[in-house]
Formats: sequence, C-alpha cells, structure tokens
Amino acid sequence: MTETASTLKTIVHAESDSKTLLGFWVYLMTDCLLFASLFATYAVLHNNTFGGPGAKDLFSLPFVLGETLILLTSSFTIGLGILAAHKQNKKQVLTWLGITFLLGAAFLSMELTEFSRLVAEGNNWQRSGFLSAFFTLVGTHGLHIATGLLWTLVLMAQAWRMGLVRTTVRRLMLLSLFWHFLDVIWILIFSIVYMMGAL
Amino acid sequence: MLGKLTWDALPHDPVVLGGAISLVLGAISILALITYLKRWRWLWREWLTSVDPKRIGVMYIVVAVVMLLRGGMDAAMIRAQQALSVGSSHGFLTSDHFQQIFSAHGTIMIFFVAMGLMFGIINLILPLQIGARDVAFPFMNSVSFWLFTVGMVLVNLSLVVGEFAAAGWLAYPPLSELAYSPGVGIDYWIWSIQIAGIGSLLSGVNFLVTILKLRCPGMTLMRMPVFVWSVLVTMVMIIFAFPILTATLAMLSLDRTLGMHFFTSGFGGNPMMYVNLIWAWGHPEVYILVLPAFGIFSEVVATYSQKKLFGYTSMVVALISIAFLSFIVWLHHFFTMGAGADVNAFFGIMTMVIAIPTGVKVFNWLFTMFRGRVHFKTPMLWFMGFVTTFTIGGSTGVLMAVPAIDFQLHNSLFLVAHFHNIIIGGVVFGYFAGLTYWFPKIFGFKLNERLGRYAFWCWIIGFLLAFVPLYILGMMGATRRLDHYDPSMGWQGLFIVAGVGVAVILLGVGFQLLQLAVSIYQRKQNMDVSGDPWNGRTLEWSIPSPAPFYNFAVTPTVSSRDPFWAAKKHKTSLPQGEYQDIHMPKNTPMGLIIAGFTFAFGFAVVWHIWWLAGLGLAGAITSLIIRLSDEDTEYVITAAEIKQLDQQARAKGKLA
Amino acid sequence: MNKTNQRALFVITGLIIAVSLFLFLHSGDLKLLNPKGLIADKQRSLITFTVLLSLVVVIPVFILTFTIAWKYRAANVSARYTPDWDHNSKLEAVWWGIPCAIILILGVVTWTSSHELDPYKSLQSSVTPIHIQVVALPWKWLFIYPDQQIATVNYVRFPAGTPVDFQITADAPMNSFWIPELGGQIYAMPGMSTQLHLMATANGVYGGSSANLSGRGFAGMRFNAEATSRADFDRWVAEVRRSPQRLDDSAYAALALPSENNTAAAYASAKQNLYDTVINKYMVPARAGNGQATVMP
Repeated sequence: MTETASTLKTIVHAESDSKTLLGFWVYLMTDCLLFASLFATYAVLHNNTFGGPGAKDLFSLPFVLGETLILLTSSFTIGLGILAAHKQNKKQVLTWLGITFLLGAAFLSMELTEFSRLVAEGNNWQRSGFLSAFFTLVGTHGLHIATGLLWTLVLMAQAWRMGLVRTTVRRLMLLSLFWHFLDVIWILIFSIVYMMGAL
Repeated sequence: MLGKLTWDALPHDPVVLGGAISLVLGAISILALITYLKRWRWLWREWLTSVDPKRIGVMYIVVAVVMLLRGGMDAAMIRAQQALSVGSSHGFLTSDHFQQIFSAHGTIMIFFVAMGLMFGIINLILPLQIGARDVAFPFMNSVSFWLFTVGMVLVNLSLVVGEFAAAGWLAYPPLSELAYSPGVGIDYWIWSIQIAGIGSLLSGVNFLVTILKLRCPGMTLMRMPVFVWSVLVTMVMIIFAFPILTATLAMLSLDRTLGMHFFTSGFGGNPMMYVNLIWAWGHPEVYILVLPAFGIFSEVVATYSQKKLFGYTSMVVALISIAFLSFIVWLHHFFTMGAGADVNAFFGIMTMVIAIPTGVKVFNWLFTMFRGRVHFKTPMLWFMGFVTTFTIGGSTGVLMAVPAIDFQLHNSLFLVAHFHNIIIGGVVFGYFAGLTYWFPKIFGFKLNERLGRYAFWCWIIGFLLAFVPLYILGMMGATRRLDHYDPSMGWQGLFIVAGVGVAVILLGVGFQLLQLAVSIYQRKQNMDVSGDPWNGRTLEWSIPSPAPFYNFAVTPTVSSRDPFWAAKKHKTSLPQGEYQDIHMPKNTPMGLIIAGFTFAFGFAVVWHIWWLAGLGLAGAITSLIIRLSDEDTEYVITAAEIKQLDQQARAKGKLA
Repeated sequence: MNKTNQRALFVITGLIIAVSLFLFLHSGDLKLLNPKGLIADKQRSLITFTVLLSLVVVIPVFILTFTIAWKYRAANVSARYTPDWDHNSKLEAVWWGIPCAIILILGVVTWTSSHELDPYKSLQSSVTPIHIQVVALPWKWLFIYPDQQIATVNYVRFPAGTPVDFQITADAPMNSFWIPELGGQIYAMPGMSTQLHLMATANGVYGGSSANLSGRGFAGMRFNAEATSRADFDRWVAEVRRSPQRLDDSAYAALALPSENNTAAAYASAKQNLYDTVINKYMVPARAGNGQATVMP
C-alpha cells in the first residue's frame, strides 16, 4: 500500500516536472518573440540617427567582445553547477552558482559602464530613434540578466537552506535554461547590433 | 511626492463628473452590500483566494458582464451624441469627451468583455472537457485573473482620477505621443492593457500546457472535443501574438515616459512601425476572440442536433489554417498607408483565403444539423443568429479585403459596421451560447428559456437596427468617430435609427440580467439533477452538476470522440477505476497580493510617482519569491473521502 | 422551433426587410454608388462585382440554414435521423472547392485591380495633370499649387476631366485624405509623402474630409473639392493671385497652430518648397537660426 502511494507520488512529481519544463519552454518562446519584436524595431530604426551618431561611431568592439566572453563563461559555469546538482553535491553547486553570479554581475556592470559612457557623451536614448532602439534592445537583455542574477541568489539561498531537493534541482534546471537562452540572445545582439554596426 | 497627481485630476466636466460619481457610488454600494450580508469572509475564502478554475472562470465572467454594461453605456452615449450633434447643435459631449468615450468603448469591449468572457468560459469548461482536475499551473491561473482585474480597475479608475485616452482603441502615434496627448489618458491605457495582456500571456502558456499535458488517458489529440481544439489553437496564437503587444506598448510608454523616439514624428521615430506592430498583434487578436466561439458552436450544434459533429477533421484543419493565416494578413488594416500594389494585393488575397476555412466551418455546422433532431433551445438561437449575421459580416470583410475597394471603405462607418458584425455576431453570440449551454454544469440549475429567447430577439433586432444604417452611412461617405457633422450630409435619420438599435440591444442585456435573477429565484424548478440536461456528448456531462471542486472523482479513460455519448449508447458507464487519493492545490491570497502590488506599480507609473512604482515592483517580486519558496501548496483528499463525496453527489442526482 | 419562435421569426424578418428597404431608399446620397470620378467609378464597379460574387455563397448559406433548421427541427419526427453520420468526403470536397474557386477568381481580380487602381499610378490622359500638394494641419487642410504658386485652406479646385496628382503629407498626427465621390483615400503622415491620383468626370462640388482620427478638431476637417471647366479654373487661379494674403513662413507658422472648424481661405502665393520644408523638418534636425520650425519633442 505504501509502495503504491509512493509510486503515485513519484508519478505526480514526474508529471509536475514535465509540466513545468514544458511551461518554461513555452515561456522562453514568448520571451523570444518579445526580443524578435525589439530586433525588428532595431532593424527598422538603425539608420534613423536624425543627424546624430550611428552604430559605427559609438561602439567599441573589443569591450563588447570582453562582455561576450564573460557571459559565455558564465553559461559554462552554470552548466557545471547543474552537473553538480545531479550529483547532489551541494557545496559545488553553491560554488558554481556563486561564480556564475559574479560573472553575470561583471557583465551587467560592463554594460552599465557602456551605457553611462554613451549618456555622458550626450548620446542618450532621447537623441534619436536609433539610440532609443539600441538602449531598449540591449537594456531589455540587461534587465533579463538582472532578473537572472536575482533568481540565482534566491536559488542559492534555497539550495543552502533546503538542500538539493527535487524542486530546487528542477528550478536550477530552469534557471540554466534561462541563462543559456540569454546567452543566445546576446550572441544575436552581438552579431546584429555590434558586429554589423561596426562594419 | 505624488508625481503629476493633484486635485486637478478629479473630473470637472458635469457629464464626466456624473459618470465618475455613479461609478464610485456603484462600487461603494457593492462593498456595503457585501458588508451588510456579512459575506466578506465567505468571499475571501471561497472566491478571492480560490485557485479552482471554475471559481476563477465565474469571476472572469462577472467582471466581463459588469464591463459589458460599462461598454454598452459608452455605445449609447456615442450614438446619442451622433444623433443630436448636427449643424448648430453640438450634442451633450465635448469632442474631447466624445473621443474618450469611443476609445473607452473599444478598449473595454475587446480587452475586458470579449477577453474576459473567453477566459471565463475556458476556465469553466476546458479542464472538464479533457477529463482533468485542474489546470497545469493553478496559482499562475489566479495571478492571470487578478492581473486582468488590475487592468480593468486601472481603465475604470481613469474616469475618476485623470482622464481616459482619446486616441482610439489602438492609440495610433503620433497622436498618442506626448506631443499631441500630454495627459495621463494614454498612460492609463498603456498600463491597463499591458498588465491585463501579461495576464493573458500567462493564461496562454497555462492552458497550452494544460491541454498538452493533462488530458485524461485515451484522449488523443484527434479525440479532443472541437472546443478544446479551438482553445489549443487560440493559446498558440496568444503565445505568438501577445509578446508583440507587450513590446509595442513598452516602446510607446518609453516614448512617453523616458522621451525615447520609437514612434514620434521626427527624431528618427517611425509611427508606421507602431501601426504594423500593433496590427501584427491586433489581427490575430480578432481570431483569438472568435476561434473559441467557433469551438463553442461546434459543441452546441452537435449536442442540440443530437448528432455527431460533421467533418471533425475538416474542422480541425480549418481552425489551424485560420490561425496560421491570421498572422499574415495584418497589413489589410492599413492598405491606405501606401505600401504599394504588390504588397497590398498579397495581403488582400491572404485575407480572402481566410474565408475558405471559415466557410467550410459554416457548412460543417449546417450539415451537423442535417438529418439531426434539432432542439431550438436558446444556445441554438444564438447559433442561428450567428450564422446569418456572420455570413454577412464575412462577405463585407471579403469586400474590404480587395485593396482597391478598401480605399473607399476604410475608416468609414462601413468598416465599423463590418467589425461589429463579426464581433457581435461571432464572438458575443458565441459566448452567450456557451454560457447558456454550460450554465447548469457550473451552477446546478438551468437558465430561464423564455427570457433567454427575449434577450436573443432583442439582440438580433437591435443589432440589425444599429448596424445596417452604419453600412449605409459608410456608403454615403460618413467616417467613423465624428462628434459633429453638417445637416446637409443627410446622415441624421440613420444615426437616430442606429441609436434606437443600441437601445434595443441594451434592452436585450436587461433581459439577460433579468433572466439571471429569475433563474436564481426559480432555481428549485430548474435544477439539473441528472448532470446531463441536454443529452450531451462530452466528458463534462458525465459528472454531477454543479461540477464538484475536484471535477472527476475517478479520472476517466476514453476510447473515442464523444465518449459520454458512446457510453450512454452502449448503456455502460464511462470506464471507472478505483477511487484514489487526489492532490489538490490550496487556496492562496498570493495572486491577489501580487496583483495589488502590480496595481500600485501601474498607477504610480501613470502619475510618475516613482517611489510607489519601485515599492509596487519590489512588492510584487518579493511576494512571488515568497510564494515560490512555499513548499506547502497542496493538500490531499483521500480515496475514502472522495468515495463518500462522489456517492453523495450521485445519490442526489440518482446517477449512481 | 416552437410556435412563438416561428411567429416571431416571420414578423421580425418582415420588419427587418421593410426597415432596411426604407432606409436604403431614403438614405439620400450614396456617394460610393454615385461616383463622379474616374477612380471612384472603377471602385464602384469592383464593389458591385465583389458583392455579386459573394452572394454566390451567401444566398445558398441562407437557404440551407433555414431549410435545414426547419426540416430537421426536433418536432418533425418524420425527418430522417442519422445520429452517427459525421463524414462525407464528396460533400466536404464541394465546400472546400467552391470557396476556393470563388477566392481564386477574386484573387485574380484583386491582383489586377490593386495594380490598376494603385493610388500612386498616374492616370492615362492626353490632358496635362494638375499638381496639388496637400498638408494636413491641426485641424484643417492646406492645398498648395506649386505650378500656379497659390495655396488654399479647406477648399480645393481643379478642372474636371483633368488628372489631379495629389502629394500628401501632414504637419499633424496622421490623417486620411478622402473625397468619396472621386475615389479612395490615402493617409497623410508627418515626414512622409503619399500620393493619390484622381480625376473628376463631371463638374460639381464634392465633399472631402479626414477619415482618420487626429485629435480634438478632426470632425471639422471638411473641405470642398470643386471640379469646374478649365476656363473657370484659370479665372479662379488669377483671382486667387490677386488675394492680399501670402503664405510666407510666419503665415504658415500661424496656420499650423491648432484651430478648429476653419473656413475656406486662399493665398496669392506660397513660399517656395514649402511642402518639402514641412516634410524635411521631421527628417533632419533643425539647425539653429535658419528659421525652420522645430519639431515638438
């Protein structure tokens, strides 16, 4: 009797896992479309500089390349964190998540540095349609990164407090999906906004 | 401290003041009534904190019906103004107020009436039709509903504190930009729809996963009722369309609050991009509203004809093709923007192609009735009204899909008549049919037939009186949204007829409210003891009415379409297993709390009260984290309890 | 369908037909069906054709709906009842096929008419076209005649039988320029120039308006378009040239301010390239001191 009850419980949990996973994939899909709309807008507006500077005048590729490498590394470290979670190694999980958090924070502060440089030079988002589109597209990605950082902290606290229970591991999986997704979006931003802009 | 909010935000104009006061008094009297009846505790425990989709569905419908009244009053004021404001008379509304009213009418009717009825009915019925106990994410469902409500409250609040948007229901820039609309109206509009829209998006994810993951054993995709198919397709459309709305509204608000230049005229902004983006969402949105109504009619016609739905596969193919096509026709909303003949012709032809699957659906419904035994209960009357009006609406749609013709009809009252033809005839009639059809399943008693018929006839006559003159006015060159015109146009007579039509429709709404009241009063006579009042076909009719909170005591297993019909035919009960423990989600106020913080955020951003905006956002996020850290969100009903509850319910209905 | 419903249905159908007929016969001037322009006339024929074509589906649907509903009403127990009959490939092929055929025909018509009646396409005529630049202002219409060097407000005149090339922009939110008796509309947008080619086939005064909401005074953005003989037109131009008013920078700046229900006005001359200036101010930033109006942020 207890055995059937526990099998039932396992089934219930497995169902719940697969529901959540599918739901999260669908959510990522909607987020993807949100970015698609912003990319489309950027594509339409990228030449509308209204006499102001264009992409070629503004961006420093080496700096952005640095940002990119940091973000890619963080995707790798969160992957290591997930591996550790499957091995139920709490200490390693906390370590890798901590490193991921630091890398993410470094990325975000570099992005903010770039933004404040642009604003200081008088090229803020009010300058032209192109700059509005640039700040919004890149800023929306940055906002996602910030959300991811907050989420990482919450999960670190959860893992530390409750250990690597089923829900924690499941959420870690979702976080890593989210983080990889942001990586992909960043690669697109890097190629479309920065590389194509600088060429 | 309070941003742009000052005492000046309260209304001055006597007409607006009257509206605002009646709104506030209405709200106060409802609160007072609840207090007097000592129903707060009950309301809180049974409804406000509920995560039961049936309860949430009922709340959606209550909000939608209240908003229908508000939107209906707006319609009456629009037509009254147009019937009076001719030549030297300027009616009773200023042009600014008039523009606020038609903007409010469109916004409220689409976002808070049609969407509300849609999600209401889906919540009520979808889990029951797939043999599920719940939706995939019950808590998220509650959040969705409360975000929808926050949007509704914000829109209505703008009447009392501030002003409503006056740039039409889709707020085209540059008119909706700060340069031309400096007030808070557009900001209210943006945040109201943004918040409600995020609720819709969450619901889209929720119901998609529900359908894909929670169907009972044996229910393959091609065994799902067509209503479920229509919802599946609709949710996919929501998932594709609503992110575009979110992004577009975000950009418009960035223009207005941070001085960006997405859609401004000048500074490199591009207003045409807004028009493209908003219709890339807006056209699918029309089909998002109408496809579930198609699903409802598919259930209603089959049941009341006592016959299988004709051409199931065709119906499914048609739904999917309509959904697909609806994403590649958005440009037909602005052929007149000068995109060029090739582009216009392409979008025109794609638009007409939609008529093919839609026509197929109509024929399949008709042939479902063919060689059936058709019982003309109220839902079937709505269906008959739908077929006739929708066919006309469809053909006027095809007419306007020809770009060369659209140049003449665009933005005229012909266009207004056309889309009301589709939305009233298709969407509204469909949801009314669904509400009447499924009412006993949710409440345990049937609605009064006679008053339902009265309501139907008022609606259909009122509809024709209100919109046939508009078709003619359009042919006479009358454009939409005019608060005043010259008597030499010869329009006044037709506007008066149209106004009478609105009054007749409102009479119909009156009959519906009366129907509800009388049905509640006489519920003892109209009890649905069998759980199957219409000799139904699908799973929801196999359980007692009102549907118990756990839906199915034993998860059914199905082996065909129309499983309940088949079971009745073969005089067997649906495959029953043993009673087992059921995991149910606990009620939670967190949805309401998160929505409360979101409301504070929305209101604060509208008025530029930045500290409150920060507080609202932080509060919403913290509440979410608290909720997600809560491990104790479920409870178990043991097999023994279920057995007892089920036997009681069935004994009452003599079903066992 | 029970007795009361039946009776109600008949009464109501009769009522509706009577009311619609009454409305239709008494509804004054159905401008779209009484066109006075080349384009509007072709659009009228297109409307008639499309309506007739859709009746091919609409009429059978109506007949089928009511016959089936009547014949298979529950009370008629003598009618055949086949509760499990749910599929027939031939029938379904018919109603996938017929709409496809109709849409195919209409698709071809759409493609050709979209090109033939493209508002950007110049009209074929032996007469030299009149060129008129239109600026939608809050809340009135400015017409500039670059060749005649005159300008008018809320009134436009051109010879009948002569193609008119309208170039259209706005120094205001988006409007739509529409003279129903002469032909379909096109949007007037700031920073953009759209085109509309029309030709009046008879002399007369035709009402025009803005078909797109553009703010408080938009209902009053009406103008008269008058088609006259060539001689009358030339006389009128000469008369306007003698008008005391000139549309220079300051007059334009005053005119561009919001005002409602403006009466018709005429200017003996318009500033050179005024139309291009109006468009350009949205496209490139104003340099300080060159007298260009600046854009509202």
